[in-house]
Amino acid sequence: MTRALNRIAHEILERNKGCHDVGLVGIRTGGVYLAQRLRQLIGRIEQTEVVLGELDITLYRDDLSIRKGQPVLKKTDIPFHISDLKIILVDDVLFTGRTIRAAMDGLMDLGRPAEIQLAVLIDRGHRQLPIRANYVGKNIPTAKDENIQVFLEELGEADRVSKLVNVGDAR
Amino acid sequence: MSFKRKDLLGLAALSSEEMALILEAAESFQEVSGREIKKVPALRGKTVVNLFFEPSTRTRTSFELAAKRLSADVVNFSPSSSSVVKGETLLDTARNIESMQADILVLRHSSAGAAETLARNSRLSVINAGDGWHEHPTQALSDLLTIREKKGQVRDLQVAIVGDLAHSRVARSNIHALTKMGANVRVVGPPTMIPLSLHRLGVTVHHDFDKAISGVDVVLMLRLQLERQGRSLFPSIREYARLYGLTSERMERAAKDVLVMHPGPVNRGVEIAHDVVDGASAVILDQVANGVAVRMGLMYLLSQRN
Repeated sequence: MTRALNRIAHEILERNKGCHDVGLVGIRTGGVYLAQRLRQLIGRIEQTEVVLGELDITLYRDDLSIRKGQPVLKKTDIPFHISDLKIILVDDVLFTGRTIRAAMDGLMDLGRPAEIQLAVLIDRGHRQLPIRANYVGKNIPTAKDENIQVFLEELGEADRVSKLVNVGDAR
Repeated sequence: MSFKRKDLLGLAALSSEEMALILEAAESFQEVSGREIKKVPALRGKTVVNLFFEPSTRTRTSFELAAKRLSADVVNFSPSSSSVVKGETLLDTARNIESMQADILVLRHSSAGAAETLARNSRLSVINAGDGWHEHPTQALSDLLTIREKKGQVRDLQVAIVGDLAHSRVARSNIHALTKMGANVRVVGPPTMIPLSLHRLGVTVHHDFDKAISGVDVVLMLRLQLERQGRSLFPSIREYARLYGLTSERMERAAKDVLVMHPGPVNRGVEIAHDVVDGASAVILDQVANGVAVRMGLMYLLSQRN
């Protein structure tokens, strides 16, 4: 996982020719930790700190009114102006693309970024929207009824990705 | 844990966990009101109806803003311009609103229990925005959020509620909210304004403000309802102000970092002195700001019930 993130950090720097106008925004919950790690890695390479925010997309979900049960609402905390920055959205798993659609709407309500790019640790396919990641840690082909779970040290687990079969309700 | 209720009628029936859930949702929404575009799409397509049978600017505006910032559509009914003057009953008015496929009804009414009656007889989510002398739950939740924000927690705080306890729905809701969250509540006022059985709600009763204010962390001043002056609850406004008004001299007896709260509208120079209202300890405007966040959180939770 560390190698994949390292490569993504380098790719971000290469694509954006440095990081002076780049902001990282992690999507709650997994994406936030990955964004923090990317910031560290980028900081180590470039000797500079990029700005970092956290985005909760609950209010922008397209299944809010049809979903069973209450999604847990968390805070959005983006302590900088996103306008004219190149914002890199960070998430753990890219699946249907609906989360990313919600995140982009959420971002647009906060300002007008110069660009939005997408970095994900795992791309598991099955897109339902025309969305593609700019930076991918690893492509893992899956069946629809499988689920990918990313475990992180920040959540008290050893870093790993596992595929769970037949977990029922997909995300 | 999730919020399962259809309505919010009062805090007497709510558990501390349920209140905490509303406060947490509210905290997530505080940030939205600070944005340039103060809107999130959470309640898109939902309709909120404000039905206010008593005059109110702050509460109605607060509910309206909260609903609009959640992208809901808002309709305001006021009795003077509606079929109520033609003799329609409250329940029929509600049924008509229900037939128009509204989702949330916000009710202010002069009769205690009006919101509960509607809630029982309608599939609408009913929010009590004040019913008679009974409860005003969203105001108390805003106060709770303000205290939590400024003090970090509510547990073990010494809170004084001062004024006309008998005729205050704000006081009643606050007593329920504060005692359930673990604060120690003392109520202060002239004997004519404190119901005999109030101690049963788990508060201590005081009549001497100078003594009762010593060491308190929060003073919640109630509005003196000047329109009730004719009922001889106290001899004169001047006497009331002298005995139960919050002045900066009196505040010195309280804890150093005391919070001064007031549900508004403020009678300056009566229950609270000018310099106190404008002083550093007063968080009256924070209460108003948090009111919008609490109402957003509440409406979000009610709309997510399935």
